[in-house]
Amino acid sequence: MGFVAALRLMPAAMPAIRAGMSVDATTVRKIASLARIAVSDAEVDAMVPELNNILGWIEQLGEVDTDGVAPLAAVIPNHLRLRDDVVTDGNIRDQVLKNAPQAEHGFFAVPKVIE
Amino acid sequence: MDWYLKVCEMTESSYRIQGATGEWEVVIGLEVHAQVTSNAKLFSGASTKFGAEPNANVSLVDAAMPGMLPVPNRECIRQAVRTGMAIDAQINKWSRFDRKNYFYADLPQGYQISQLYHPLVGEGTISIEPEDGETKIVGIERIHVEQDAGKLMHDQHPTRSYVDLNRSGVALMEIVSRPDMRSPAEAGAYLRKLRAILRYVGSCDGNMEEGSMRADVNVSVRKPGDPFGTRTETKNVNSVRFVMAAIEHEANRQVDVLESGGTIVQETRLFDPDKGVTRSMRSKEDAHDYRYFPDPDLLPLELDDAFLAECRASLPELPDAKRARYEGPLGLSTYAAGVLTADVETARWFEALMAATGKDDAATAKAASNWLISDLFGALNRLGKDITNSPVSPAQGAQLLGLVADSTLSGSLAKQVFEIMLETGDDPAKIVEERGLKQTTDTGAIDAVIADVLAANADKVAEYRGGKDKLFGFFVGQTMKAMAGKGNPGVVNERLKAALDG
Amino acid sequence: MTTDLTNLTVAGIRDGFRKGDFSAREVADAFNAAVAAGKPLNAFLVETPEHAIAAAEEADRGRASGELRPLSGVPMGIKDLFCTAGYQTTAASHILEGFVPTYESTITAKLFGAGVGMLGKLNLDQFAMGSSNETSAFGNVISPWRRSDGGNAPLAPGGSSGGSSSAVAARMAPAATGTDTGGSIRQPAAFTGISGIKPTYGRCSRWGVVAFASSLDQAGPMARDVRDCAILLETMSGFDPKDSTSLDLPVPQWEAGLSGDLRGKKVGIPKEYRVDGMPAEIEALWQQGIAWAKDAGAEIVEVSLPHTQYALPTYYIIAPAEASSNLARYDGVRYGQRDLPDGANLQDMYAATRAAGFGGEVKRRILIGTYVLSAGFYDAYYTKAQKVRALIARDFERAFEQCDVLLTPTAPSAAFALGEKSADPLAMYLNDVFTVPASLAGLPAMSVPAGLDKQGLPLGLQIIGKPLDEQGVLNAGLAIEERAGFTARADKWW
Ligand SMILES: [Mg+2]
Ligand SMILES: [Zn+2]
Repeated sequence: MGFVAALRLMPAAMPAIRAGMSVDATTVRKIASLARIAVSDAEVDAMVPELNNILGWIEQLGEVDTDGVAPLAAVIPNHLRLRDDVVTDGNIRDQVLKNAPQAEHGFFAVPKVIE
Repeated sequence: MDWYLKVCEMTESSYRIQGATGEWEVVIGLEVHAQVTSNAKLFSGASTKFGAEPNANVSLVDAAMPGMLPVPNRECIRQAVRTGMAIDAQINKWSRFDRKNYFYADLPQGYQISQLYHPLVGEGTISIEPEDGETKIVGIERIHVEQDAGKLMHDQHPTRSYVDLNRSGVALMEIVSRPDMRSPAEAGAYLRKLRAILRYVGSCDGNMEEGSMRADVNVSVRKPGDPFGTRTETKNVNSVRFVMAAIEHEANRQVDVLESGGTIVQETRLFDPDKGVTRSMRSKEDAHDYRYFPDPDLLPLELDDAFLAECRASLPELPDAKRARYEGPLGLSTYAAGVLTADVETARWFEALMAATGKDDAATAKAASNWLISDLFGALNRLGKDITNSPVSPAQGAQLLGLVADSTLSGSLAKQVFEIMLETGDDPAKIVEERGLKQTTDTGAIDAVIADVLAANADKVAEYRGGKDKLFGFFVGQTMKAMAGKGNPGVVNERLKAALDG
Repeated sequence: MTTDLTNLTVAGIRDGFRKGDFSAREVADAFNAAVAAGKPLNAFLVETPEHAIAAAEEADRGRASGELRPLSGVPMGIKDLFCTAGYQTTAASHILEGFVPTYESTITAKLFGAGVGMLGKLNLDQFAMGSSNETSAFGNVISPWRRSDGGNAPLAPGGSSGGSSSAVAARMAPAATGTDTGGSIRQPAAFTGISGIKPTYGRCSRWGVVAFASSLDQAGPMARDVRDCAILLETMSGFDPKDSTSLDLPVPQWEAGLSGDLRGKKVGIPKEYRVDGMPAEIEALWQQGIAWAKDAGAEIVEVSLPHTQYALPTYYIIAPAEASSNLARYDGVRYGQRDLPDGANLQDMYAATRAAGFGGEVKRRILIGTYVLSAGFYDAYYTKAQKVRALIARDFERAFEQCDVLLTPTAPSAAFALGEKSADPLAMYLNDVFTVPASLAGLPAMSVPAGLDKQGLPLGLQIIGKPLDEQGVLNAGLAIEERAGFTARADKWW
């Protein structure tokens, strides 16, 4: 752990952010629901300390002075190319549907949605 | 013309909902999704054509196959920029695409590529006239470019919904207004004006039946002078009439809720066109946490001056400018200028008609405008056609107007000739020639007919000369009848007067 | 034929085949046999001997008719993150089980177009998330290496390209494709005594590669030596109009430009990588590398990358955030597995499918990513991380004003035993401490094998270069390689 400690695995001081940002079981359930991943109670209980551990660790970024720094937009200088307005694709329904767990009459099928 | 709607007589100052506790003001903002006119989709090379077989216009990118990546279509960006320029909006030379994350079967990627933080187009304005002569400015907050979703079919199987991705990835402009409208009429006028501008610019065909334009309607109510109330958003309303009805219903519903001691929940609602009511969507509580972040598959979109210059140079004359020109230099009435410029196809037809006359004076413009608005529109209405598939061409219309102007045809003869044109598609000159419908201005021929008429009605001539002036009309009618309607009415009048008084 | 063809490098196969020393079919057969014999390593998820044979037979015909392609006769393993037309592609996840792409990734298309035959699809950490290959849904890959203590503990081949590293180190393939998001080419290369290069972000098309974190993912070759890396990277690189982040630049002739002569070059030693408590063997190897660089004629300069310590936490915000969104498409509707419990509605189906389909580490990262992007936290985490990322990139820019390349250890330790770190996600994440900074800055970086630890396990040195200076990286790598004389190989126990 000497090596690990040197890399500031667990920062000493991030009280303001840390206190406000730790997750509890309710939060974990909410995140899991947002991410559409079913979780059991046991899984939630295991995830709470695990996620807090990781989140606590990443929150050391709070100590970096980033005033006036623009968030990185392109890692290597490059500009967005635009393509011509030409139809070059499509009419490949067989390919589109080929791997579908359930395809019927040219559609993907899903459990009935009530809007 | 089912797009056209009677503007309700209420205006900003007067539209109020009368509640038990007093008057309520309605506050309306619209987010219009307009399909960008393009051959291919926003980020893939699949076609945007309407009405294809299910999942035919779908690329592997649109189906979000693993490892597929978006590459933006220049034309979609260009059309959004041109639209922004048409409403005098700020064009952002640096913008970028963000992902809006949510799960739904019509959204294969699990996110919609949109623009939240840095939209392509910033603030602009649209002027509307909810009532004749009264102008109001509606603020535009932004226009951003985004992907359309696919389509879910619910009625083809008892326990399954079917997913068609043909629309998935089609380019949309989302045009977000400020909450500046205060009545259904203003919202209607705004939508019609916006549609007109889009069609002039050519950035959207405005076809609401095919879903090319649909509105999310944000409505809140307040006591006049109070701060904004909590708003609801009624999604995907697809006609002007429905937008107005949705506002009407939703505002009244909110007043009822508030007056019975309830509170308005900020929520997404749906409009039921059959019942004319809005209802809450069964949305999950997390539906609003979209976790927007910049799409890491795309770089920032940076536009150069040459691109912007081309966008600007390619803009046509827009409805407000055209209308001002029609009223000013061309001397048309406010009403005529309004009708002729309301839709780009009408204006285009009118200008082709004027061009074909070879003249640009006020008299010609007036004659052309009158004929187009009353005769041509009347005929198209009867035939169930619109101006883009008119059986009569602008050149033929100009020829007809020319025949009136040079007195070849009288007004009533011109109407006869026009009816024959509609049936046969023939040129008016040909019809006049073949059917001898030419108006007679030959005074000798007219005098001869008049002589016959006077001779045959000697008693009435005597009565007239005895002071019964009203009989003059009788002689005109008899003369015209004898000439099968082809006598020039002016000449007939003049020669009759001379013969009777002489 | 007396030599074992599986001992040949890519260059050796290419050149020997051209000279007529052996046929391509003989090469394919030899490697297919090695793949079949290597099953205990679990490096391959799908074996495709027929693909390798077909390419070999075409190469043999081509040689007869004088129509040779640049890599005719060379077989390779393909990381199962690359979509391969007609061959199952799973990203080592149950959620993609049974998925057979109808399309070919740009990289594999380029390789196959150059004459490469595919030996099979290589195991990896699930969705490339991991540093030990233990997150694969189809069992972990085992490193061919064993500690010299005789304990025979199965060791991690590194990750996420652990199938690739294991296959190349075990001579089941002369080379393999890898992908690197935070070190997934370099760390497994270091763990198994092979070379691997991650090029500048944008050099290799991402089209058709299952995405993990789009702003970081880069493909690259893993092979036995620097020359092979140069050869393969030349084929794999190049502008792809289907990838908006692809660099529209010509591909240099890296192989032709190879030179281990570093005279006139400055090699930077980032002082922040010299951390208290670093294992002595790693420190010693680094010093040895510095000495080799000097010997090759380079001037050594100390440089500073002040935000180094923040690279890992920055990475563990950005990569999970992007992943949480990139992996939203795995929902059981269009491909892969679907879990539809009785009476489930659409959203239940999504949740069940994703719960059953994704492994623990993938879920963990999706949840972290979802959390850091969620309402109220976006700026504090994601925006902050992108700002720190900008600072990290600026650190490199400034360092490269003083030097041409940077020399660092690749990983903080030699290969660890399977299971040793899998219980503690953070301890596992720390494996990438030296590789992640270059990933965040999009820089070219490679690992070359440089020595063995006292247990007889390989250790690697990392060279990080300026944007687009793959040549500088390869040349410094070659200088180390020439001096390290690394010839150790795993004893065949399988
Ligand atoms: Mg909306
Ligand atoms: Zn929208």
